[in-house]
Amino acid sequence: MSQEAKAPRILKISILRFDPHDPEDFPHMETFEVEEASGMTLFVVLNEIREHHDNSLKFDFVCRAGICGSCSMLVNGKPTLACRTLTKKLDTNITLAPLPLFELIGDLSVYTGKWMRGLNERLETWIHDKSNELQVDKLEERMEPELADEIYELDRCVECGCCVAGCGTIQMRDNFVGAVGLNKVARYHLDPRDKRSDDEFYEMIGNEDGVFGCMTLLGCEDVCPKDLPLQSKIAYLRRMMLKNAL
Amino acid sequence: MKVIYTDVLIIGGGLAGLRVATGVKERGHDCVVLTLVPPKRSHSSAAQGGMQASLANSNMGEGDNEDVHFSDTIKGSDWGADQVVARMFTHCAPKAIRELAHWGVPWSRVQRGDRTAIINAKKVTITEKDEAHGLITARDFGGTKKWRTCYTSDGTGHSMLYAMDNKAHEDKVEIHERLEAISLIHENGRCYGAVARNLMSGELVAYVSKATTIATGGYGRIYSVSTNAIICQGIGQAIALETGVATLGNMEAIQFHPTAIVPVGILTTEGCRGDGGLLLDKDGYRFMPDYEPEKKELASRDVVSRRMTEHMRKGKGVKSRYGDHLWLDITILGRAHIEKNLREVKEICENFLGIDPAEEWIPVRPTQHYSMGGIRTTYKGESQTLKGLYSAGEAACWDMHGFNRLGGNSVSETVVAGMLVAEYISDYLESDDSNLSIHTANVEKFVQKEQEKIDALLSKEEGEDAYVLRRRMEEIMMEDVGIFRNGKDLQKAVDELKELHQRAKNIEVFRSKSRAANPALVNAYRTQKMIKVALTVAYGALLRTESRGAHSREDFPKRDDENWLKRSITTWPNENDTMPHMEYEEIDISTMEIPPGFRGYGKDLTTTNAHSADRQAQVDKINEELEAQGKDRFEIQEAIMPFIDKLPKKYQGINERLGENV
Repeated sequence: MSQEAKAPRILKISILRFDPHDPEDFPHMETFEVEEASGMTLFVVLNEIREHHDNSLKFDFVCRAGICGSCSMLVNGKPTLACRTLTKKLDTNITLAPLPLFELIGDLSVYTGKWMRGLNERLETWIHDKSNELQVDKLEERMEPELADEIYELDRCVECGCCVAGCGTIQMRDNFVGAVGLNKVARYHLDPRDKRSDDEFYEMIGNEDGVFGCMTLLGCEDVCPKDLPLQSKIAYLRRMMLKNAL
Repeated sequence: MKVIYTDVLIIGGGLAGLRVATGVKERGHDCVVLTLVPPKRSHSSAAQGGMQASLANSNMGEGDNEDVHFSDTIKGSDWGADQVVARMFTHCAPKAIRELAHWGVPWSRVQRGDRTAIINAKKVTITEKDEAHGLITARDFGGTKKWRTCYTSDGTGHSMLYAMDNKAHEDKVEIHERLEAISLIHENGRCYGAVARNLMSGELVAYVSKATTIATGGYGRIYSVSTNAIICQGIGQAIALETGVATLGNMEAIQFHPTAIVPVGILTTEGCRGDGGLLLDKDGYRFMPDYEPEKKELASRDVVSRRMTEHMRKGKGVKSRYGDHLWLDITILGRAHIEKNLREVKEICENFLGIDPAEEWIPVRPTQHYSMGGIRTTYKGESQTLKGLYSAGEAACWDMHGFNRLGGNSVSETVVAGMLVAEYISDYLESDDSNLSIHTANVEKFVQKEQEKIDALLSKEEGEDAYVLRRRMEEIMMEDVGIFRNGKDLQKAVDELKELHQRAKNIEVFRSKSRAANPALVNAYRTQKMIKVALTVAYGALLRTESRGAHSREDFPKRDDENWLKRSITTWPNENDTMPHMEYEEIDISTMEIPPGFRGYGKDLTTTNAHSADRQAQVDKINEELEAQGKDRFEIQEAIMPFIDKLPKKYQGINERLGENV
């Protein structure tokens, strides 16, 4: 209670701004002052800035509940979901910048959707099964309960792009699939409904743009907002691919 | 002018939109999906608890089938639903879930043998059958007779949407991201596509199509606190309304979910209560059994939300700086269960409340959650008045939810409606009726008109601030068009919204003048549209002088089947009208499979319609006679209310279940 009775903090929010559609604009930092409220998140802060300070500020929120992965950005240099970042966990000086590596739409808004779609198309992240025709009236195929849970564990990725922004390898290799891609391969490899062979998976990621490109810096694991087991899955895929190569 | 031609334009890339897209693709038609955000970020992903489908695999679902699911849905709707549509839905839900299993949704599965569950605050042992092992399991949800809600932990919508979007990738569905439909192109009662604005470049594009589908979800964001994603602003309903031709149905039917966290309004799934969680008041007292002795915390959503509000009005709420709230206690479920089956809930509690729900109670209160109303369509998903315009999912009112939707029936509806509407659209495309006959000069006029509106917003001086109008609209809806409604407040709401609508014509986009990505411009034109949608809701609520499902009038507490067994139909015939136009569509008792009766909550407050008893006698007689003749449940159902012929052939088959039709 005593803490709440104190005068609220004034947050100094410094945002890296740039509108690529404006030929006269150039990347620059702009600082806004916002009075902190209890339970305040960066979602609340940014909307307050847009509504009361500068209505041209660009950023992306959709679910604002940490579920959809839209609002990833650099908060004090670290990629994370802005919507679920509580200001009370941060210092009064907060720096926000757009996620690097993705095409910039403006200010904090980046085009992760295009990148992720390219990745999904490249890795063909869907069930490959030509033999087994769907019959909607029949009982579903059975699956071991633990296996279903394991698949869901990897299926929890929200394609927020934090792991890509936190990846050292991708800075050097433009076509590196990133932890998000490797996790997806691990997910489909685990799924018995996907009939792709080990050879086919090897063809796809058994190279330097895939699992052998990873320098094991593991920034991905540090920043994943869903705490996916990226480290162990990359290690698993490496072992699996090596075995397949021999 | 940039024009893109396609067979089917689909506005919205959530579950319903994507399922329509893959369906028409499979039938060999071309389509384009317009979406505000990458499809995987659509609000469908936020559905946590599950999808209703009567698979009857788990022990607590034994004996479940389409009939039980249908009966629950009709009672849940407070007899507002179209019973033929609800039948089509319950028949196809098992097919939709099996399809999704085939496309990659892992679904949580039945584990053979004993397991412990919490039912009515007591530990019980449930024994799952050997033969059910590995099939899709289900949890309990409100307002259902059986445990029917299938799930993937509490990320059901997420896993469904990912599988669906991946299927769309596989099928090479063309998706145009960050494109917002801002008006429909139509002429002589026929829809020909939409004018869309590219949210990155600002470019206006005319999409000309034989069929157009609106699958943009609900309109929860007309309220200041809603569980909905911030993009659920009712723009799909608004552009349909603005044609002056298409109609909206039951816009006043708004659902409040019992358990959103305070103050931010983020949802914690009904699965919390389905799995055994309790609602407690400021004294830690479990109050729901006092109000609803039979279903307790698992009464229908509208009922629980009202009971919670009543209890808080008695002074039993927990005081907080954000107003009163109650507690949701899931600690009794144990950490292991929470970390496996309620992990999104756990993350939300940790990140937004800073609490561990395995140890502490969650502060909750009823919050706007779902729009039962929407674009009024036939059972085929086609507008009743604007040919070539279709709608599916929460955006539509076809109308399977009536005045209250059951938990778990929304994601289920998205995929069922998607698979059916895709077939009906394909049939339409394969007929001569669908040929395009609009002159490009007329298409250009629609684009021109939108361009002029945007120019006006950007060049206006000394006009209104869109944020001020929008915040006021949101407050009015919260205060006067909420869980409990009354004539005085509703009249006030309508009067003030009417004034806001006029003021909105004078909106100025301050400072931010870019024609490209410009959030201020987007807010300006969306606010104009949202106020119109808010007016349809408030006006519909004012005129409906009864209480039905989620629409609860303190001054008219009875459900009035004599005068109000009808759907509200809203149009906005002329652009310059200051108010929407309301009409009513009768709901015919004489064809119902389940004539209106008592829902089983609280006291029976119904003004009955004389035809209800007549129809019930007819139904009973058919039942009795056919049962005596040894007819099966399908034959008897068919005799009472035929529906199967309305379904596409490929979805007419009888569903297999363990021990039934296998």
